Amino acid sequence: MSPLLVLLRRELALAWGRGGGPLPALAFYAGVTTLLPLAIGPEPDRLAVIAPGIAWLALALASLLSLERLFERDYEDGAMDLLALGGPALEAVCAVKALSQWLATGLPLALAAPVAALMLGAPLSLAPVILVCALVGGLAFAFVGGLGAALALGSRRGGLLIAVIVLPLFAPPVIFGGGALSQAASGLGGTSGLALLCAWAAAAVALSPVAMAAACRNALD
Amino acid sequence: MFAFLANPDRFMAFSRRAAPGFGILAAVLIAAGLWFTFTAPEDYQQGDTVRIMFIHVPAAYLAMFSYVCLGVASFLSLIYRHAIADAAAKACAPLGAGFTALALITGSLWGKPMWGTWWVWDARLTSVLVLFLFWLGYIALRAAIDDETRAGRAAAILALVGLVNLPVVHFSVEWWNSLHQGVTVFAAKAENRLPPAYLIPMALMSLGYMALFGSLWLVRIRAEVWRRRAQVLALQAAGG
Repeated sequence: MSPLLVLLRRELALAWGRGGGPLPALAFYAGVTTLLPLAIGPEPDRLAVIAPGIAWLALALASLLSLERLFERDYEDGAMDLLALGGPALEAVCAVKALSQWLATGLPLALAAPVAALMLGAPLSLAPVILVCALVGGLAFAFVGGLGAALALGSRRGGLLIAVIVLPLFAPPVIFGGGALSQAASGLGGTSGLALLCAWAAAAVALSPVAMAAACRNALD
Repeated sequence: MFAFLANPDRFMAFSRRAAPGFGILAAVLIAAGLWFTFTAPEDYQQGDTVRIMFIHVPAAYLAMFSYVCLGVASFLSLIYRHAIADAAAKACAPLGAGFTALALITGSLWGKPMWGTWWVWDARLTSVLVLFLFWLGYIALRAAIDDETRAGRAAAILALVGLVNLPVVHFSVEWWNSLHQGVTVFAAKAENRLPPAYLIPMALMSLGYMALFGSLWLVRIRAEVWRRRAQVLALQAAGG
């Protein structure tokens, strides 16, 4: 079996085994979704207007949660040094790690996103658009978030620092996804926003492993 | 020029004269600019508030200009490992954050009488706000890593990522929403261009801000070089 596939299996096993899998992120997502009507008020028509956008933003925030351990664990126990010395390029290793982050938390969150939006009062017809946005956007969040995690390696206050670094980088995908959702809600289809979101995600998947690997090398030597 | 200044001794010799030189230039230009600012005729629409523009617009230029400076310095420190370039990137960040904050605050003060609100989620305001968040992230990352070379390189990677991302942020917020003033300084159509009475204070203030930034930047780089030298000496003294 190719070393990268082994690595992917290992990453997924670690995410499921010790981190409790996607449960913490899902619980956070459910918590935010629950607190929101408590803060805004329960009137259905007011909630329905903001439901897709809130479900989308809460997803972006929830995807930040488990990033801290993505590189930190391997950095502390020395596995990161072995990965850097091993056969596959560090760029590929980083890409696999970000991909596993998406598989372990991004996918379950994406499945939960339409449910959260429906609970807040979004119409059922929006559910497919929300699901697609969450799937594609989650991929972008995982790769850009992985870059933040790699940059924060070896720092104090890892988790908060990752959020501060990464949130400004999240601005374009949040805009494109939110745009797609509001286009879809007003009956315009939402394809242009979705296309831009896909383009941004493709660029993030292609470019951020290079920066991630550079950041890891910097932390390792 | 970069290769010439990469040598710390030459840089210190150059900046010892250049920093006060830029400072004097900035004082003269800003004084002249302020004089024109307060003697310029009132705008037929904006009234006296047009004067805020001469403080606001150059700050916004400088917010972007200083980010480009940060990008160039980060690039040089990452690729060529110039010690001065890293000190320059570090010294640039609080200045850039300051100019960005000044642009946001003066824009807000202008917006209240003109648009009737301190803040609107318009495209340009939002992209400058995101730029400000970038500066904060950059400063936070630098401060959070103890090892200085490591912090410098991580911060340089973040700065270059931000440099790639900023045009995308700009485009995305344009796509999202825009009701800002159109382009007037470099506008192609003559009737949309700024009249000379406004162009003169705007140009003077812009050049003055630029000189101020240059002067403060050099002073801060010098301070950083001294701090590093002092640190090395302290380590040597401690080692016996």
